[in-house]
Amino acid sequence: MGESAITRKSWSDRIFDFFVYFVILFVVVITIYPFLNVLAISLNDSVDSVRGGVTIYPRQFTWDNYLKIFTFSGLITGFKISALRTVVGTLFGLISASMLAFTISRPDFAGRKFVSTFLAMTMYISGGMIPIYMLIKDLHMMNSFAVYVLPGLVSAFNVFVIRSFIDGLPYALQESAKLDGANDFTIYFRVILPLMKPALATIALFLAVGQWNAWLDTYLYNGSSPNLTTLQFELMKVLQTTTSGNGGDYRSNIASLASNQVSPESLKMAITIVVTVPILLVYPFIQKYFVKGMTLGAVKS
Amino acid sequence: MKADTVTSQIPPDTRTRNKKPASGGRFWRSFKNQKYLWMMSIPFVIWAFIFSYLPLWGWTMAFQKYKPARGFFEQEWVGFEHFKTLFSDSQFLLALRNTLAMSGMGLVAGLIFPITFAILLNEVRLGFFKRFAQTVSYLPHFVSWVVAAGIVTKMLSGENGIVNDILLGIGFIDAPIQFMAQGHLFWGIVTLSDIWKETGWNAIIYLAAIAGIGPELYEAARVDGASRLRQVWHITLPGIRPTITVLLIMSIGNLLNIGFEKQFLLGNNLVTDYSQVLDLYSLKYGLGMARYSYGTAINIFNSVISVILLFTINGIFKRTTKESLL
Repeated sequence: MGESAITRKSWSDRIFDFFVYFVILFVVVITIYPFLNVLAISLNDSVDSVRGGVTIYPRQFTWDNYLKIFTFSGLITGFKISALRTVVGTLFGLISASMLAFTISRPDFAGRKFVSTFLAMTMYISGGMIPIYMLIKDLHMMNSFAVYVLPGLVSAFNVFVIRSFIDGLPYALQESAKLDGANDFTIYFRVILPLMKPALATIALFLAVGQWNAWLDTYLYNGSSPNLTTLQFELMKVLQTTTSGNGGDYRSNIASLASNQVSPESLKMAITIVVTVPILLVYPFIQKYFVKGMTLGAVKS
Repeated sequence: MKADTVTSQIPPDTRTRNKKPASGGRFWRSFKNQKYLWMMSIPFVIWAFIFSYLPLWGWTMAFQKYKPARGFFEQEWVGFEHFKTLFSDSQFLLALRNTLAMSGMGLVAGLIFPITFAILLNEVRLGFFKRFAQTVSYLPHFVSWVVAAGIVTKMLSGENGIVNDILLGIGFIDAPIQFMAQGHLFWGIVTLSDIWKETGWNAIIYLAAIAGIGPELYEAARVDGASRLRQVWHITLPGIRPTITVLLIMSIGNLLNIGFEKQFLLGNNLVTDYSQVLDLYSLKYGLGMARYSYGTAINIFNSVISVILLFTINGIFKRTTKESLL
């Protein structure tokens, strides 16, 4: 009897349940519909798409839009540069953040307080867009690949997330490695790095998403170097062409693409898919780690 | 020195085992012992100095009539002239208004929606549906604002946009609304796009906070006959209050730092009166017209206000509640 009193649902609880499922379902539909719609249009015959009414599945299936956009040279270069900056940026970001986190986690390190304070300050102070732009210019980093990796190399936030993870590891591991004759560099590589996989996976995801999705640095520093532009930047130019009417050279580019009965709308959707899918492929692999990593970072900082 | 006394106390045979006798002070010796730790941190300290601290030096530009060709000592100093121009420019005041409006709306929405979503998701009892809904909810976080802006424009489009199709379908309107061409709708569009993109992701922190609430509290409430709604109100919400406070302080501190990605990508020439924000203004008038000094003055204004906001809000919260960030 006591149990039934607990499990029995009152009317108010049933209404509450209905409301909960209704709202969550609504959120799911609103979130996922645009993606399915874009995918359907990108796979639909472009002339047919203009008639409208394509929802979540292609009405007249075709790969034509994708074949068309890959003849567009900016896209291939963009893909290469985006992939390269994602790999290089993530790798260097991981090394720098984990090394720094390792050093400031060491209670015996004499520079611990200085290094961590120096880093923490960077989270609150920023020179702003124009002083940074002038610095990049003075360092002769305009129109270079380095501008994608160097200025954002160290993120204090990432360092502190990894550091709190290292703090959770038993320090005795490092001490015993030291007794075996390992130096600090070896301890970092052999002891700490292998144990940090969950934290590294989380940070790698943040870094990779940030790198893949960035377009502003291309716009500010590398916009005039066609062999250094990224995929996001190319998509940005294509999308801005028809929405706001600026970027005249791209208008003609799209117009030439759009000849032969291909509507720019379908092409835009195909490019959007090409830009989106690679990063969405990464996250299921790392998903199991990042909720934990995110929470850790949020609590500690 | 203390270090020397320690060394002299060591028996002679152990001292000879050290290849190099102690030279210099204690600091130097510990520096040598920790040379790998220093090697692993010094390059990044130098990096942080160059890319985070050196731009602050660039603030001097705001008080000069900066000409790139001249050296620092050859610049002409003008004091607060650029700031005076700034505050008398109606475009700047418009940008300030838009920044405050959009960040204010974003602040409120960014608080209400993730909290509500997290609480509702927590009430879902079907495990697989809960996981599915959560996974779907943070999908948009992973796409760039370029893609998101493209999707939003597509959905709100006057030709075959789903929103107009639905509104026409239920007979709410007779002709499609040109959402993206109407200035007074722009703030709402930016805010709704932000909600669509980030609600699921931002809910993660609140979900984690909810998970930390002791199940015995709910157990007790159930025994007392509290409805599910009452449990949310009296247990879940108070339970996540510290998290809410900290995140609120952080977002208020960043009120002016909303950037300009969304406004740049979603805006167009028809809606500039509503889409122009401070950073976009500094990009356009500072970089675009090579008025570096003027643009820097805007950046300084931004930073100073942000710091003042952060400390004020933190102070208020420190006094009224026990939670604080700094």
